[in-house]
Amino acid sequence: MNDITESRKPPVATTGILGWLRMNLFSTWVNSLISLFVLYILFQFIPWILNWTIFAADFKYNFNGEEIVNREMCSRVLDPENGGACWAIIYVRFYQFMYGFYPREEVWRVNLSYIMLAVAVVPLLFDNFPFRKHFLKFTYIFPVIAFFLLNGGLGLESVSTNKWGGLLVTLVLGCTGIALAFPLGIILALGRRSNLPVISMMCTLFIEFIRGVPLITLLFFGMVMLPLFLPEGIDMDGLARVLVAVTLFQSAYMAEVIRGGLQAIPQGQYEAARSIGLSYWQMNLKVVLPQAIRISIPSIVNTSIGLFKDTTLVIIVGLLDLLGIGRGALADTTWLGLAYEVYFFVSLVFFIFTFAMSRYSLYLEKKLKTGINMGAD
Amino acid sequence: MSEDSIISLQNVNKWFGDFHVLKDVDLEVKKKERIVVCGPSGSGKSTMIRCINRLEEHQEGTIIVDGIELTGNLKNIDSVRKEVGMVFQQFNLFPHLSVKENITLAPIWVKKMPKAEAEELAMQQLEIVKIPEQADKYPGQLSGGQQQRVAIARSLAMKPNIMLFDEPTSALDPEMIKEVLDVMIDLAEGGMTMIVVTHEMGFAKTVADRMVFMDEGRIVEQAVPDKFFNNPESDRTKLFLSQILNH
Repeated sequence: MNDITESRKPPVATTGILGWLRMNLFSTWVNSLISLFVLYILFQFIPWILNWTIFAADFKYNFNGEEIVNREMCSRVLDPENGGACWAIIYVRFYQFMYGFYPREEVWRVNLSYIMLAVAVVPLLFDNFPFRKHFLKFTYIFPVIAFFLLNGGLGLESVSTNKWGGLLVTLVLGCTGIALAFPLGIILALGRRSNLPVISMMCTLFIEFIRGVPLITLLFFGMVMLPLFLPEGIDMDGLARVLVAVTLFQSAYMAEVIRGGLQAIPQGQYEAARSIGLSYWQMNLKVVLPQAIRISIPSIVNTSIGLFKDTTLVIIVGLLDLLGIGRGALADTTWLGLAYEVYFFVSLVFFIFTFAMSRYSLYLEKKLKTGINMGAD
Repeated sequence: MSEDSIISLQNVNKWFGDFHVLKDVDLEVKKKERIVVCGPSGSGKSTMIRCINRLEEHQEGTIIVDGIELTGNLKNIDSVRKEVGMVFQQFNLFPHLSVKENITLAPIWVKKMPKAEAEELAMQQLEIVKIPEQADKYPGQLSGGQQQRVAIARSLAMKPNIMLFDEPTSALDPEMIKEVLDVMIDLAEGGMTMIVVTHEMGFAKTVADRMVFMDEGRIVEQAVPDKFFNNPESDRTKLFLSQILNH
């Protein structure tokens, strides 16, 4: 019964772990040498880093079992040979890292906002989320709820934004910047490609001006110059001024990314949309933008990650974001000299967020590639 | 413009930059008439039919479609586009939408039809083009012939009075041409006013009421198929026919 179309199994040496090793790590003797060298480096480095960060590290107590309250009590200060990281500085200042100087009795409001942020964002990111439609309604009103919850009002005690700090400021800047810049970027991108010369010129000028200026300049602009443009007597909150600067900055980049996606859409899509009677906005909203944004997802995530990290620049204008709180901790004389721990922790928190974003982008790319075969030829 | 004409082009001229693509084009199309336009590439045939639903703008002359004159007036353009369906060489289906969504898009958004009604309409159109079973697939999963039939269904869903076909079979593999032409023949027999730019002379002989031959931006000759193929007047037509019929 040997049918000629029957398929055979591939040779053993090309599949399984052995096959994989042979193909990828030891395919030629040069590759084998490089593989061994890299394995050696990893072998040396990984145990050391694990030891420093975890096994030999202090968390709350040092190796004598005493609760650490200053740098002199850290194991690595007492015994530089064997002591690992002294995480006590993070432990002691954890509240500041997370909330800044937000009043302790009101901190439930921040925590509640963090939870609601997750509830608002996760259904937005995964389109197979159960009851997504209903969750999305919440996503739309979440910014309003979060504003009153964090800022006060509607019966809640007002908490001035100069008491906000740490991760709270980082997330507020990052999320608001990304969320506002997205629609603004779409409008700018469409405007730049508009047939109407005045609109196109204004959008191009705006985009090129913002992109041609460092974010720090825009932050100063927001801090120093924005109040000059406001009518007298109206005082704009410091954080809000920075938010304006960050959003404008991000929207210019977003616009260029989306414009790139728009350019990839074939002329035929516009013609087909027009020929069945769709208006300019219907054509863009239903036909062109969904495709353009899909193409731009990797770049959108890329600039969003960039912005999330760039929020650390707000330290220049006196806001204490996660890194700002870290630098504050380092300046404290009781903890002087624990820079490794602080920067490691701050990096780790940033990494968790940016890595999640980058994995999400990969997930989307994969899904779009396997799900719908866009543009057959 | 005669009484029963549904499309009328008078003295139409168009330039792409300095290049004169359409030269003094006059064409009258009656209701339910089937016109096949042929001619060498670059002769302006696609440009001419693209002017009829204003995908291209003409610079001189008048174009009147179903009583509406095409000018810069956006409202007129929108109402003409609702009357005129168009099928493209490259299908131009929306790849991010399913077949059904491709067809229901315009009825739902332009005609404000309820979704259920639009879906029913989409299924009817898919029956007409003989691929109802593909309704939930995406364009990328269909063959070229199937995609072109979906494109026809998408246009028909807007209930146009006139259908324009811009080389609908040129991008298809040979074995798929027939399935598309069959659908077009059905349409023609159903009484649709059609202008078809094509090199499928067999199709032209079967359905055309009139042949239009274009060269270098001019309409060189117009005749009924019998006369056009057997006894053309112009030497250009004779040369063209000899080139495409005797290969």
